[in-house]
Amino acid sequence: MVIIVLVKYVPDMSRVRFDVDRGRVDRSSADLEINPFDLNALEAAVCIKEELGGQIFVLSMGPRRTESALKDTLARGADDAFLLEDRKFAGADTLATSYTIASAVRQLGHFDLILCGEKTVDGDTGQVGPEVAEHLDIPHIACAYELNVTRENVTATCDIGMERCTFKTSFPALITVTKDINIPRLPTFRDRARARQMAVQMMGAAVLSGNADVTRFGVQGSPTKVYKVIVPSGEGRKGKIFRQASDEAVNEVSERICHLVSPNNGAGDIS
Amino acid sequence: MSDNGELLVFVEQREGVINPVSYELLGKGIELAEKKRCALTAVLLGNRAENHARELIFHGAEKVYLFDHPLFNDCDLLNYKHNVVRLVKEVQPDILLLGATYWGRSLGSRVAAALGTGLTADCTGLEIDKHGNLVQIRPAFSGNVLAHIKTRTRPQMATVRYKVMPRAVRDTDRKGEIIRKAVEIVPSLLSFVHHKKSADVNLADAEILVSGGSGLKKADDYSLLSELAEVLGAALGSSRPPVDNGWIGREHQVGFSGTTVNPKVYIACGISGSPQHLAGMRSSQTIIAINTDPSAPIFRVADYGIVGDLYEVIPKLMKKIKEYRYEHG
Ligand SMILES: Cc1cc2nc3c(=O)[nH]c(=O)nc-3n(C[C@H](O)[C@H](O)[C@H](O)COP(=O)(O)OP(=O)(O)OC[C@H]3O[C@@H](n4cnc5c(N)ncnc54)[C@H](O)[C@@H]3O)c2cc1C
Ligand SMILES: Nc1ncnc2c1ncn2[C@@H]1O[C@H](COP(=O)(O)O)[C@@H](O)[C@H]1O
Repeated sequence: MVIIVLVKYVPDMSRVRFDVDRGRVDRSSADLEINPFDLNALEAAVCIKEELGGQIFVLSMGPRRTESALKDTLARGADDAFLLEDRKFAGADTLATSYTIASAVRQLGHFDLILCGEKTVDGDTGQVGPEVAEHLDIPHIACAYELNVTRENVTATCDIGMERCTFKTSFPALITVTKDINIPRLPTFRDRARARQMAVQMMGAAVLSGNADVTRFGVQGSPTKVYKVIVPSGEGRKGKIFRQASDEAVNEVSERICHLVSPNNGAGDIS
Repeated sequence: MSDNGELLVFVEQREGVINPVSYELLGKGIELAEKKRCALTAVLLGNRAENHARELIFHGAEKVYLFDHPLFNDCDLLNYKHNVVRLVKEVQPDILLLGATYWGRSLGSRVAAALGTGLTADCTGLEIDKHGNLVQIRPAFSGNVLAHIKTRTRPQMATVRYKVMPRAVRDTDRKGEIIRKAVEIVPSLLSFVHHKKSADVNLADAEILVSGGSGLKKADDYSLLSELAEVLGAALGSSRPPVDNGWIGREHQVGFSGTTVNPKVYIACGISGSPQHLAGMRSSQTIIAINTDPSAPIFRVADYGIVGDLYEVIPKLMKKIKEYRYEHG
């Protein structure tokens, strides 16, 4: 079983600041960490390997400074980690990102399963996984919280609205996972020491050019463009905050609630 | 009219029920198509779905492209994609909109990649600029900023969040054309093993929500919130920690890794208001917060807040609500 896990390094969202003038996340304001859901994907891959054997490759596209951070994925059980890093990859939207990743997957050769997170905490689109699957012409299942992998096929269970659905597919396939699929283990001291001896392998645009159209990478290959970022002024709410749970506070808030939930208060009006 | 291309809406149905977000896309579509001076059209894949196609006309679609096939009772992803991509290549719409639902997101991504066009996720606003281009507005950075995005390829594609656009008004005088399309079937590769109704919570549709967070001391204390929820006819929500503790099912979780909600009233009890929680509920019409910590960020988005212990405040609120209702019938 050859499993490829797609991992993105993202800013620690509890610390990172937003650069309003330039309209983008100020990446220097916080450390990079593995996108939390991608850790779940990696853990799922390790569990499958423990049961069925095989190899795990981690593939990440990002800046050079994530090279050493990627060793964490080796400590957590990846056999090899590849970093797609090149000026030509910079400024990619989901289409260019997924195209570049799919080209790298082709470059790696045979695989059975690709696992990714349901979405990233910075991009927050959930599009890259399914788009990679489309470029590779393989099926995908999104947002699995339960996986059962055998040598022949994979079944995945997902919540869809008010339903719980189970899908089955054969290999190769791509699956995106949610936080509920597992609790990632922490690497041991020995795992970390072993990973330190291993190298992260770099892949640039030139390496992929045999398999890909280089004009589809990075900014050049990205049809969408953020041209304006607006910071909503305050929340637009003039909150009335009672400093104590006085009778007056309870009276006013409960009356307000009663008024708001009464059936003849703008029923159905949600715009 | 059609020299300005078409604004095509993907209409999602499952087992013969149209997803309500589709009517909202048509509602917004009417407005955008008028501004852009283009035709508003819809694509529907279903099983014996002619009646539904007519409904779409009553809701503003000038043309409905209908793909009728037994396989389309459910969303057969690869067959949906194959036929939608064929249609887009044929009619070359200028804009293609889908709901940001489970299927809309999956299908949208695949269609966009297959066509090599851009796709903007989870939009909360759409506008037409003076050149007739689609401006796609979406919350970014945990909803702290709004990004305005344009697409240079065609079609300009976006998935759109539920309950933020006005639903189209039904008007049976509207006329339109149903165009039956030949269905092409490809190997579906994915099979539905089974599905079952999960617990009957539907946070996305809830009008009133009572949510609990780490301010609760133990699992049993949810009974206090359930009681308030019952009094108000509300659904029960949660921040992430009680879900991680196993105190309440994950279908109750509101936020970035849970459900995005948009109720008339959101009552947050013992919830601090982390960016990940706010990302899922900040657009609620009225937010009421109960928290012991006056500096909790939830108070910054609240319309009404009480600084106090939820174990004292909630029973008092319930008592008052019952009294008020008794007095006012
Ligand atoms: C990738 C990722 C995704 C996440 N997704 C989500 C998500 O979808 N939804 C979500 O909610 N979180 C999510 N989180 C977690 C989030 O970061 C916060 O940890 C979480 O929202 C905090 O929940 P809380 O407000 O209940 O707890 P806390 O932050 O611990 O707040 C508890 C509050 O209760 C108050 N309190 C204590 N006792 C009482 C009392 N007796 N009466 C009244 N108030 C009291 C305290 O003052 C405090 O403000 C996510 C985190 C990550 C990293
Ligand atoms: N730059 C990247 N490198 C590797 N994997 C990525 C990258 N961007 C996105 N992914 C994968 O795609 C998933 C969805 O990302 P997104 O579409 O940005 O929400 C992530 O959880 C990752 O598994």
